Amino acid sequence: MAEPSSALPEPPGAAADAAVARILAATVHPPTGAPRGVVVDSPPGAGKSTLVVRAARELVEAGERLMIVAQTNSQVDDLVGRLAEKAPELTIGRLHAADTRPGPEVLRHANVTPSDKVADLVEHDVVISTSAKWQWVRTEAPWRHAIVDEAYQMRSDALLAVARLFERALFVGDPGQLDPFTVVGTEQWAGLSYDPSGSAVVTMLAHNPQIAPHRLPVSWRLPASAAPLISRAFYPYTPFRSGTGPDDRRLTAAVRPDGSALDAVIDRAAEHGWALLELPARHTVRTDPQAVAAVAATVRRLLERGLTAHSEQGEAPLTADRIAVGTAHRDQAAAVRAALLRAGVPVDGAAGPAVTVDTANRLQGREYDVTVVLHPLSGRPDATAFHLETGRLCVLASRHRHACIVVARAGIAELLDEHPSTEPVQLGVPVAFPDGWEANHQVLHHLSGHRVHLR
Amino acid sequence: MSLLTTLARLEAVRSGRAEPLATVRHRHLSDRPMVLVPLTAAGESGAPLAVMLGTDRDAPRLHLVPQPLNRTLRFDFLAELAADLLPYLESFADDVEQIEGSEKDPETGEKTQVFRELCADAPQLIVPNGAGVHHLALIGRSTRFRRTVEDNEPGPYPAPVRVPLLGRWLTHLTDRAQVPGSSLLLPMTGLLARHWATGQSHLEDQHLAARLAWHRPPPGLTGAEAAELAESARDEHGQLLHPPAGPATDPRFDESVLAPAITRYDSAVGALQHSTEQRDEAAAERARAAVRAAVEQLQAVLTAVLLPTWRDVWQGLDLLRTLPPAGHLEERWTGDRWSYTGHRDRLAAGEPPQPRQDDAVTAARKLAQREREQARLDVQEALDDPLAMAEHRLAGEAFSGVVTEVVPDWDTTGRSPKPRPLVTLRTADRPHADLGKEVHRVHGPSAQKAEVVAVDAAEGTVTLRVLSGMGRKKEPEPGSLPEPGEPVTFTLFELTVRQSAPLPEPDDTPWTHGGPPGAAPAPARSTAEDPSASEEWE
Amino acid sequence: MNVSTNVPLGGPAEPLAQRLAELRGPAPQRSLNARSLAALAANPGCHRRAVLDAAGVDKSVLAARLGRPAPFGQSPFAIARGVIFESRLKADDYAPLLEPLRRHLGVPADGHTPLLVPDLLQRSGPAVRADRTAQALALAAADPEAWTLLDHPLLRLDVAGSTAYLEPDALVVHGGRCTVVEIKSFPVLDGSADPAKVGAAARQAAVYVLALQQAAAAAAGQPLADDPYTEQRLPGSPRTSVLLVCPKDFGNRPTAVTVDVRRELATTRRQLSRMTGIGRLLDALPAGADFDLAAEEDGAPARSAEQLAASVEAVPAAYSPDCLSTCELGFHCRAQARCGDRVEQLGRGVRGELGSIRTVAEALAAAGPSTRTSTVTGTGTGDQDGAGGADDAAERLAYAAALRAEALGAPAPARAPGTDA
Repeated sequence: MAEPSSALPEPPGAAADAAVARILAATVHPPTGAPRGVVVDSPPGAGKSTLVVRAARELVEAGERLMIVAQTNSQVDDLVGRLAEKAPELTIGRLHAADTRPGPEVLRHANVTPSDKVADLVEHDVVISTSAKWQWVRTEAPWRHAIVDEAYQMRSDALLAVARLFERALFVGDPGQLDPFTVVGTEQWAGLSYDPSGSAVVTMLAHNPQIAPHRLPVSWRLPASAAPLISRAFYPYTPFRSGTGPDDRRLTAAVRPDGSALDAVIDRAAEHGWALLELPARHTVRTDPQAVAAVAATVRRLLERGLTAHSEQGEAPLTADRIAVGTAHRDQAAAVRAALLRAGVPVDGAAGPAVTVDTANRLQGREYDVTVVLHPLSGRPDATAFHLETGRLCVLASRHRHACIVVARAGIAELLDEHPSTEPVQLGVPVAFPDGWEANHQVLHHLSGHRVHLR
Repeated sequence: MSLLTTLARLEAVRSGRAEPLATVRHRHLSDRPMVLVPLTAAGESGAPLAVMLGTDRDAPRLHLVPQPLNRTLRFDFLAELAADLLPYLESFADDVEQIEGSEKDPETGEKTQVFRELCADAPQLIVPNGAGVHHLALIGRSTRFRRTVEDNEPGPYPAPVRVPLLGRWLTHLTDRAQVPGSSLLLPMTGLLARHWATGQSHLEDQHLAARLAWHRPPPGLTGAEAAELAESARDEHGQLLHPPAGPATDPRFDESVLAPAITRYDSAVGALQHSTEQRDEAAAERARAAVRAAVEQLQAVLTAVLLPTWRDVWQGLDLLRTLPPAGHLEERWTGDRWSYTGHRDRLAAGEPPQPRQDDAVTAARKLAQREREQARLDVQEALDDPLAMAEHRLAGEAFSGVVTEVVPDWDTTGRSPKPRPLVTLRTADRPHADLGKEVHRVHGPSAQKAEVVAVDAAEGTVTLRVLSGMGRKKEPEPGSLPEPGEPVTFTLFELTVRQSAPLPEPDDTPWTHGGPPGAAPAPARSTAEDPSASEEWE
Repeated sequence: MNVSTNVPLGGPAEPLAQRLAELRGPAPQRSLNARSLAALAANPGCHRRAVLDAAGVDKSVLAARLGRPAPFGQSPFAIARGVIFESRLKADDYAPLLEPLRRHLGVPADGHTPLLVPDLLQRSGPAVRADRTAQALALAAADPEAWTLLDHPLLRLDVAGSTAYLEPDALVVHGGRCTVVEIKSFPVLDGSADPAKVGAAARQAAVYVLALQQAAAAAAGQPLADDPYTEQRLPGSPRTSVLLVCPKDFGNRPTAVTVDVRRELATTRRQLSRMTGIGRLLDALPAGADFDLAAEEDGAPARSAEQLAASVEAVPAAYSPDCLSTCELGFHCRAQARCGDRVEQLGRGVRGELGSIRTVAEALAAAGPSTRTSTVTGTGTGDQDGAGGADDAAERLAYAAALRAEALGAPAPARAPGTDA
């Protein structure tokens, strides 16, 4: 399928730099009377983490102490690691809960101090923790500046509990990823600007209408083959483009194709950035053994073929740690992991380079060269709100730098067509765009141009 | 729906009868519940038509609004309902126990002993279904802001004095009903659905009579057949043999029974008015009799449509009482008693009625409470009921097995060695137990944590290193560890519920959430007007 | 509040329309109305519903003839309330309706700009009314300064080869564009309303918006925008947010709320475009099958209940319990699903865990011959030969059955729940 060529006047690097400069200026040197929050919407791979590191450095350089709020322990550890490496001059406090220790990779850095008591860390340039931990922090002296990372995944009530800790904040996040959720009824607050189960950013913006969100306009991760589709399907009102051109990223194989469907799908993905490995239509249980086997076989074959990833950063062999498998459910991930183990593919990162196998929730914010995705709707007799959630598909389809291979049973288009459209509508709740149903149709339509039948 | 529930439903299809989903009763049942069957007037939001209520199954009391569009009659009805219901709700207020606690002085940080009153028991309202709960919430909303003659500015249409109080109680009870596991106000369909599966869908289970049909199908009928009769069988006049449990009435009842009866009432009232104006005492006497007759007829037809549901609710209570109470019911009911006591105290302190909408902090607090109570309920139900635990086992969140081996071992890294024995068990369960995962022992002598050190799926064995609950000595306390041959269950989830993080006081609401309530106009869904002033009912 | 009629396109009927008319017989054609739209939304994959709706068969009558009449009805009180509310809105030259519209659309306060309310020839036939509406809309859109209210306009929408006429409650035209106004009698209480009802109203309004979009595109000689989220700015084209006018709180005062229907619009577009696939469904019908509900001259029905049942049976249904509240044939299809022992009788959701298992008997067989006596012992519960989804589901069912049996067999857990009953 032909993608509309992005004939934008500005080269992507310049556009991105200009956006980052505006954001840093608003954050580090806010004009008098400026709103207390700065919001940055970042599509997948648009340099959000780099921005956070730069903002942290510049704030500290300007003489500020800084607190950083992330949403999960692994996000915090990632961020600490990156910050410690890129900004060795900073002293970093890793605040953790009494019963969770930070990851070992974090503690290797000399400039990182872990503690479960904030009092031990207040003198540090930067203190980082999860929003869950920050909620318990009592302090006499609030920070002047905070950075809230993955802010769209933070719930409004969590922000309510931590906002007392800072005066100003930079909120950074990807509005296209999975929304926060709760298991209990919250209908009575639907439509309220401060619905506690809603997104923190949405609440904050509703109460601070003078804040105009910034946008990072360029995805450095997604290749030219992926950015237009992801932008159109998941960010229809806030388009972005790829930072690289159609020829900047290539995958080459050392081993010639053997004529199998697996090799055909790998070659298609290498050439077009997308491929759909389609199994015969059938209703199955979640852990569809054949689909799981197909995912595992594809991954194994990817490794066997000795692929090399060529990019603007040079060339590198496609090793196991550059591949991820994404699923919707945990039991699917467990089944794929077991199948990969049987196939002799490493999946335990502690023992060396390994393939990551995880659910969409846990793949948020991560990046690989090639991803293999078990389609959330594959083999299902019915679609549910969970499986149709826009963010889920968006996360799964936007983790790759080179190519994404989707494994699915035939029949998803029909399943979508037969899905009842009886969603209730809450007054006052802005309609979230795009709709998962429509986005699924768009992605599927695109993939159908890169289909390889299995058997 | 979980696979275990689906399985129970499949079994019910085959057996033609309801099948158990619980081995114990998971909700508190009062010795003296108030059963309340409300009906609403079609087309009018929250407008009451009638209610049948009482604590004695043989003595239901009926209150009705002969003309639902008439504000005065509606107030009369609400006053009657208040006079009937409030004494029951208030009857639990005086019998209290003193609960000892400690309070920290905010200035000095010194802890002092305090006693708080806790009502020894609390009221319990049972309605037929979830729509009944919603209807009570609407009545609460429509009455709690009403002004009465006792107000400084009673306004043009003052309500009877106790009506706003009724509204505040109903608001409290319906709000509490949102808390998972609470039992102050319960819908019977929900109670039955927690404990039994029928061979039909959740949607069909909302029809109380159809649901009960699966419990006691008449001889020769399957549950499905009996349920369909309950849903749709009509008499020769086209009226349902088993009227719906409300609060909405059957449109054909409205059309051919209720509407004519209301019309008769209206014309009798019209005649009475006319004859009074004409000062025709004889005609007025006749008209008064006609009004009485019309009201009696309304009472008769509404009693006829309410009684079947009234009996159904009591029958549901009988069914539930056949189950033994779950172990944690008392603990959760204590939470309900605190809730009741708290509302009693707020009324006594003269606090204003609950606002139309929660402020940001209150909403967040309520959400935190509901999430905490949901987690508590899940854990407690699993501990109380092997069928509930089976759900977690099937989901890979728990595993049961028989201990095959206990190997003593110690952690010698510290100053003194600590017991860290290895326990191996054989299980057919397939937990999502990654190595290093923390697990928790169920029904052990004390809380006990362990971590997964080996899983052999082919052999069906899991080996755990026990980390706690063995005392402080080098050797584990006798009896603190399971013995070989002993059946044990471990969960991957914690068995105690974590506290919720503290939230600011409403007056400290931060800038991200609009600042303190009232400080600035809220941007969405807000209406600053006085709720009672602008609301007319006609 | 939307009555409408379907008539085949003028002139010699197209083969498809002809075939549909034959299926219906001489009975009057029922058209796309709020209920059939709701049924379409609730079960777009049902072939039976699709064929009957496309042919305009009166499913209420059909259900009654099949012995399981639809339980739908509206209380006279509710109808009266709706009528009173709408008529109050239009009293005093639409003053009460304009009050909330003013706030949302900026209709100027009286005096300066008069509100034009053209006569839409409501007593005429549908074709005339629709032409008149189109004309009035074009005229109103031509003057961006003017404020025009079209009261009960009639819109055309091409659905599967025949023209459906749709009647929104009102359109407000200003600035060359129009806004759909739907009047509903459910209340907006403290700013929120029953989400199911708002959703239904949004889907209904989306159909009107689609009809208006098509008309505007056709009038401008342009194709309808490819992307369903795009708001084409053509003369007279509709905004993608509609206005819902409802009673406020417990009173009778109107309040207006805007509802963004872009999502419903995208869905409706796809669903209606699929209805053209109806020909394929008709091809599968056996010769002679029809849904003729008319009576012969002697008053006897043209088709016996058995004949009708056989014709209905010839089109497969996709029953789900939701059908009971949205489709007139719900009770009939439920009885069939029960006869067929289909697992769908328990709800859409159950199939998710059952893989390719379709009947209750199959599922229970997979769970074990006697689910009450089996127990969990050792390993390999439910290990069965073969591969594939069915056996995987069977294995899980057997596992679930063993857990269930164990839990029900065991006494209440005083201490230790055993692994064995």
